[in-house]
Amino acid sequence: MAVATFEIGFTRFLDRSGEVVQPLPAFASEAKALIPLYRSMTRLRMFDAKAVALQRTGRLGTYAAALGEEAVTIGLASAMAADDVLVPAFRDQGAQLWRGVGLVDILAYWGGDERGSVAGPSEDFPVCVPIGTHFPHAVGVALAIKLRRQSRAVVCIGGDGATSKGDVYEAMNMAGLWQLPVVFVVSNNQWAISVPRQRQTAAATLAQKAIAAGIPGEQVDGNDVIAVRHAVDEALAAARAGRGPRLIEAVTYRLGDHTTSDDATRYRDDATVSTHWAEEPLVRLRRYLTAQGVWTKEDEEAMQVALAAEIEKAVADYLALPPPAPQDMFDHLFAVLPADLKAQRDTLAEEEALHA
Amino acid sequence: MPIQILMPALSPTMTEGKLARWLKGEGDQIKSGDIIAEIETDKATMEMEAVDEGTLGKILVAGGTDGVAVNTPIALLLSDGEGRDALAGAMEGPVSKSAPVSAKAPQTSAQPAPAPAAAPAAAPGEKVYAKTIRQTVREALRDAMAEEMRRDSDIFLMGEEVAQYQGAYKVSQGLLDEFGAKRVIDTPITEMGFAGLGTGAAYGGLKPIVEFMTFNFAMQAIDQIINSAAKTLYMGGGQLAVPIVFRGPNGAASRVGAQHSQCYASWYAHCPGLKVVAPYSAADAKGLLKAAIRDPNPVVVLENELLYGQSFDVPDDPNFVVPIGKAKIERAGTAVTITAFSRMVHVALEAAAVLAKEGIEAEVINLRTIRPLDTDTIVDSVKKTNRIVTLEEGWPFAGIGAEIAAMVQERAFDWLDAPVTRVTGKDVPMPYAANLERLALPQIDEVVAAVKAVCYA
Repeated sequence: MAVATFEIGFTRFLDRSGEVVQPLPAFASEAKALIPLYRSMTRLRMFDAKAVALQRTGRLGTYAAALGEEAVTIGLASAMAADDVLVPAFRDQGAQLWRGVGLVDILAYWGGDERGSVAGPSEDFPVCVPIGTHFPHAVGVALAIKLRRQSRAVVCIGGDGATSKGDVYEAMNMAGLWQLPVVFVVSNNQWAISVPRQRQTAAATLAQKAIAAGIPGEQVDGNDVIAVRHAVDEALAAARAGRGPRLIEAVTYRLGDHTTSDDATRYRDDATVSTHWAEEPLVRLRRYLTAQGVWTKEDEEAMQVALAAEIEKAVADYLALPPPAPQDMFDHLFAVLPADLKAQRDTLAEEEALHA
Repeated sequence: MPIQILMPALSPTMTEGKLARWLKGEGDQIKSGDIIAEIETDKATMEMEAVDEGTLGKILVAGGTDGVAVNTPIALLLSDGEGRDALAGAMEGPVSKSAPVSAKAPQTSAQPAPAPAAAPAAAPGEKVYAKTIRQTVREALRDAMAEEMRRDSDIFLMGEEVAQYQGAYKVSQGLLDEFGAKRVIDTPITEMGFAGLGTGAAYGGLKPIVEFMTFNFAMQAIDQIINSAAKTLYMGGGQLAVPIVFRGPNGAASRVGAQHSQCYASWYAHCPGLKVVAPYSAADAKGLLKAAIRDPNPVVVLENELLYGQSFDVPDDPNFVVPIGKAKIERAGTAVTITAFSRMVHVALEAAAVLAKEGIEAEVINLRTIRPLDTDTIVDSVKKTNRIVTLEEGWPFAGIGAEIAAMVQERAFDWLDAPVTRVTGKDVPMPYAANLERLALPQIDEVVAAVKAVCYA
């Protein structure tokens, strides 16, 4: 006798060759409407490449490129309303860029300048580098939204590795218990640094981890931006309408290193990785747009030139940023600096003035 | 000789309870294991089992009696063959006593509960309140939360057992009734989860009060407290304020073993971005908790289970708050400075009373706030007394006393006539054995000895 059963669905609209495999959702009914998604994914990929190059030349700190995962981060952001709250992990610069954070701000942040966090929608959370500790925060802001009877929701992103963490489960459990307006997106890129997905958990899917918390869980093709956007659209609509949280596992692949501190060739072979290049998200969307007659080679070239120029300018602006003043070290430690720290800050400012 | 049945201690910290009703009457035969009465404590109603056999000879405390002190004789048990005439002299002279419950009722052994303190005078520069009311620390904490929650609808309380059960230590008594389930929230057993949720709710503009059943359980959540709550304003360039209070009992209770008896003052005080307060009296508790709730930063409020039931005078004024960062001179003196916080203030005051009889007038500073520490009050006192003994329940290594020692030698080295001396908990996990637990905690005579050493007396 079964007392509980569950099923995890999988959704895809565009296959690897850009063919439509099922009727498209309304937002994608006009192919032209997908061009901003394609443009943003390309912008992210070019920007990431530049950021990695900056790190390699000592001009940026550790950086996590989203190579191969562009459809997840852009897709989820494109589903969000301006007043929804983004709770990002460390590979979500794509979502941040979509929501208005500047290229310079992203570079400043990863270049080690906290001023880079002061950008974008003011209610979005700063990047969370510790793994999964932001999941409870997302549930907390969802509680705030519910208590204030607002019609908006939270999107919280983590990787496959994060789903092994206790705080992620605790967060899902509370979100399910109190039916809070939060959408968890797991970007399953198959690798927790060097640990492959099959050595992280015996669960057949990561989506089913939500079932234990009483939350609907589903899989989407994380390389299909239409599938990601559609799933997050629906989950957000449900959350805003008071129907509780959902978890979306976007199945994708990390085509690059974990971060610039990592060398993935030490633990996986190029042959395996190259098979996944055939699945990547940009090419299939470009094929579809081209087939629909809304995208040409000339469009592509013009876009690349424009994006390269935008990125070059951002890099120049970033490199020209003056470093923070020494006494800025104390800024924002408390709402009002306690006397002992203020004394230290003042001493530092005096010395600075003396040597100026 | 009739056996006295005593009011049992049904929890380590129980000092009195209500004898709710008798389930046996005078003349009834009682076997070991029979349930003879129901006892209500502040936490629960419990059944009391007989240990000895015999006939219930006389009921000394009637059913329905409130406030029966632990170890009060409540009935007399006649053994086989004893007649009722044996009852006559049973209340006089030596009698055999029975441990009345089958569970080994741990007697409060570590420290006698602090005697009710005298009305606290205000610290220098603080407002003096003419009217006071007598309250327990527990009631003061509850009132602090209730008053602030009435004032600001963004404030809510969450934690394990805070709502339906009225708090594991009954601190949140009445709050669910007044504020409803949306603002007084029972959580699953999920410390990391609700500490993180509270932090996120604070990012989202609410003002959460997160209760840990004890701070021992907050170790599950310390990553959220330190890495998220304490750092996000800073790391986010000042964008996201984190107005949150983490509160609950800290330090050793009594007979609860190594994993449930430890002081976290130096753990949290170590971290930039957190404020840490540790009230002693009910007035401290109310005033500091209100200040913590109003503070726009994360504040850790370290309460003490053994103080919850103690009564003190509390200013009867809705605007009463104790400013964070202000210590209080509990007792003025000229011979030596003693710093203490939380329950150790009581130990310091007791030690000062002993010393006064020997002509040594100690100045006792109740730190109240651990961070930001009121260094001026300590330094000013040391410049007057030229000697300082620090007292804390926590471990010595990198403790609050170590910090004060460093600070005093930086700021008042030339005024010191003796080495800064620390009296601390012993550098071992808290033993469970009653005698060892007592040895591990700072005692009055240790403080007296330390003071005499620095006074070369």
